[in-house]
Amino acid sequence: MRHLFIACLLVAGSTLAHGQDILIRGATVHTVTDRGTLQNADVLIRNGRIQAVGAGLSGGEGTTTIDAQGRALTPGMFAGLTGIGVEEISAEATTQDRAVMPNAPPFEMEWRPEFDVTRAYDPRSTLVPVTRIEGMTWTVLAPASAEGGSFLAGQGAAVTLDGGYEAMLEGSRALFVYLGGQMNALSQGSRAAQWMLLEQAIGEARRGVAGPDALLHPLGREALASYLKGGRVVFHVSRASDILRTVAFAKQHGMKPVIAGGEEAWVVADELAREDVPVLLDTLANLPVSFDQIAARMDNAALLERAGVRIAFTQFGESHNARKIRQLAGNAVAHGLAKDAALAALTATPAAIFGLGERRGRIASGQVADLVLWSGDPLEVTSVADQVWIAGRAMPMRSRQTELRDRYLERLRSNP
Amino acid sequence: MGRIAIGHIRPARALTCRPLLACVYALLGACAAAPPSQPQTRPLTSPGHEAATDAAYPSTYRAAPAVATLIRGATVLTGTGTRLEGGDVLIVDGRIQAVGTGLSAPAGARVVDAQGRWVTPGLIDVHSHLGVYPSPAISALSDGNEMTAPVTPNVWAEHSVWPQDPGFQTALEGGITTLQILPGSGNLIGGRGVTMKNVGATTYQAMKFPGAPQGLKMACGENPKRVYGSRMQAPMTQMGNVAGYRQAFANAQDYREQWAKYQRERAEYDRKNEDGKADPETKPPVPPKRDLALETLVDAMAGKILVHIHCYRSDQMATMLDLAREFGFHVAAFHHAVEAYKIADLLAREGVCAAEWADWWGFKMEAYDGIQENLALTDLPQGSCAIVHSDSEEGIQRLNQEAAKAMARGERMGLQIPPEHAIRWLTANAARALGIDAQTGTLEPGKMGDVVVWNGTPFSVYALAEQVYIDGALVYDRAHPPARPRSDFLLGQPGTGARP
Repeated sequence: MRHLFIACLLVAGSTLAHGQDILIRGATVHTVTDRGTLQNADVLIRNGRIQAVGAGLSGGEGTTTIDAQGRALTPGMFAGLTGIGVEEISAEATTQDRAVMPNAPPFEMEWRPEFDVTRAYDPRSTLVPVTRIEGMTWTVLAPASAEGGSFLAGQGAAVTLDGGYEAMLEGSRALFVYLGGQMNALSQGSRAAQWMLLEQAIGEARRGVAGPDALLHPLGREALASYLKGGRVVFHVSRASDILRTVAFAKQHGMKPVIAGGEEAWVVADELAREDVPVLLDTLANLPVSFDQIAARMDNAALLERAGVRIAFTQFGESHNARKIRQLAGNAVAHGLAKDAALAALTATPAAIFGLGERRGRIASGQVADLVLWSGDPLEVTSVADQVWIAGRAMPMRSRQTELRDRYLERLRSNP
Repeated sequence: MGRIAIGHIRPARALTCRPLLACVYALLGACAAAPPSQPQTRPLTSPGHEAATDAAYPSTYRAAPAVATLIRGATVLTGTGTRLEGGDVLIVDGRIQAVGTGLSAPAGARVVDAQGRWVTPGLIDVHSHLGVYPSPAISALSDGNEMTAPVTPNVWAEHSVWPQDPGFQTALEGGITTLQILPGSGNLIGGRGVTMKNVGATTYQAMKFPGAPQGLKMACGENPKRVYGSRMQAPMTQMGNVAGYRQAFANAQDYREQWAKYQRERAEYDRKNEDGKADPETKPPVPPKRDLALETLVDAMAGKILVHIHCYRSDQMATMLDLAREFGFHVAAFHHAVEAYKIADLLAREGVCAAEWADWWGFKMEAYDGIQENLALTDLPQGSCAIVHSDSEEGIQRLNQEAAKAMARGERMGLQIPPEHAIRWLTANAARALGIDAQTGTLEPGKMGDVVVWNGTPFSVYALAEQVYIDGALVYDRAHPPARPRSDFLLGQPGTGARP
């Protein structure tokens, strides 16, 4: 109970201190910059930004001081590609907004690249605090591809999990395309047709007009065209040969590709490094769950990193348990990835991939003060977040789940 | 759930009941190993009663040849609640012979210096679909849910197991030595489960845990009513679910009575014949026609098949306990018991285990109240039986990490959960739920030599199983990994060999 009590005190103190400066003293600061990890260091937060990082800092009058007692301080972590705030209960259609499904018959395909899943985001979803109190301060809302829709799923973007309505993070927008054998049902039976259909759509977007068999509406043409000038396109693709084809296709059409999934990415690691194509991967995906990922393996992350590929972690299809992402990082370390690289894959690297690197993902002056103070090793499953700050505000360390916990702990204790 | 499922949502869990795919999977030929130890034909007068273990489709498992092994100087978690520093474990003839300090190795024994290492019993997963929903997850191999009718106690998961599932090997690398393979949860009563030793084999019979009782898989809640309700069939509601279980067991009671009546009449007939009083015109009584579905339920009521129920919500678990009372069976464990923490005292009082994930929640309404402290709270009352389970080809590779998460959340709440206690969640308690606790699940003299040597505490994200023993045989050694995959399926596939 002791820890809980301390956490509550912290929150009470921070509520009073809202808008004031915060000084975190005596932390083990994982900067995720060239400065590396600083022992017994201080971080000063002013107006929601990191003002200074170093030893012996002092705040002005009214500064709230937190004694970190040597605990680890990291940047707020990336929750991965999720539907946090976009799906409350996955199986309930009325709470599930991740996919657009025009339900057009296959011979009258209708694509909606203008579909923007972030418009469904609800900052008051219970998933937001559930995820946030575990140290994840931002996520990328990724549209899903579903039966009745298309393998070009639409657009997503990063949001901060501060619980506010204005959550979208500028400059992070991306288009999401799902490729491979799993998508054959949405591409007229063949993955070859995925390229054929994409080329048709790109043709419509470039020409700005379309014939009677058009895939796109006028707004869709506009939306897709905007990605043909260096726009960020996340291609979910697993098989080595499909990954290479994706990289070439993106290059040909002026897109900036990000590989998601990439279970066989290690096979083509050198090619990805050469083209500087980053990979978002689930480090626990080591089984050949489909013929597209026969060569899946536990050390995919380590092999990619060694080859010089930028990597970030994510789960796929997971929103509720997005917090498990830390465990992905720890397991990558157990299978050969350096700890610093694993932490970067949860912080600075995904921020850079989604265009947020100047503002988020590191502990350095000028960065938004998204910070987490940990009870132990930040990648260890037995550690918990003691306190989370987003843009310099201490987040209440409570969620619907802590309410349930406390209610039933009380009952069990009073009724032994 | 199917509509959002394409491509992103891992099918094994999100679609615990996968769509039925028209497919036929022919079992591999019978193993040519040692002859079965029990008669294959069941006595006519005893419907199903000998079938629950090995009578039909018997285990052909034989422990691999093993030298005596002394694991020396480790932190030993025995699974009985004890932790031994600088402890030794001696395995002879495939069995634990001694656990203590300063043990000496018999002549010719393998001696493992385990200083700085931790040693635990082999891990046991009570809920796996390896083999019945294997990798690759393709239609030809998706054999876990006989969703052609809501009550199918006649089907046996073991008849769907594909022994070449590469997931068996990766689970072994995570320290899993025993696992129960269950049918899926699309049906109210899904069929019989099978407990296996996690050894490489060409036939499932060669993996089958000798003498382990079979399980009966039942499912509460949303899955069955969604599967059948969407077809405008029963069950469409929770009350329809309960009516379905009740009718099935009522039919089984009737079937049991038919056999009892037949046995009485047969005994009477035989007695008269022996006494020479029989009317030569009277024919012997005719036995009832065998019903494979009802046989299973009769055996479950007799306690020969252990009942395992997929059940998330606390109120539904309480209903199932009443069902068990109505028909006189015992529930071995509730699985996916996301709300067990709400009725932890009731479950402990009833002697029912609760098998749980550490943190999975929210994918459907019945999982909405999942909390990370569930295991620790379930574990709190005296006499409780909390279990960590996977239901996943990924989770089964790191059950120790699932336990570590739950342990940490419990301690965060102010509870004392030392490793020597938490290890029981994935060893001794799991063995109890499977009815194999006399054979495995703890490191005690006489138990099977199912042992894992870890590179440090298993309650860590960095934990790796360095050595895994099954019945005393070293079946995985991280220092000398197999050069080629164990699964025939992966053999010769590009990229599946040793490190590049």
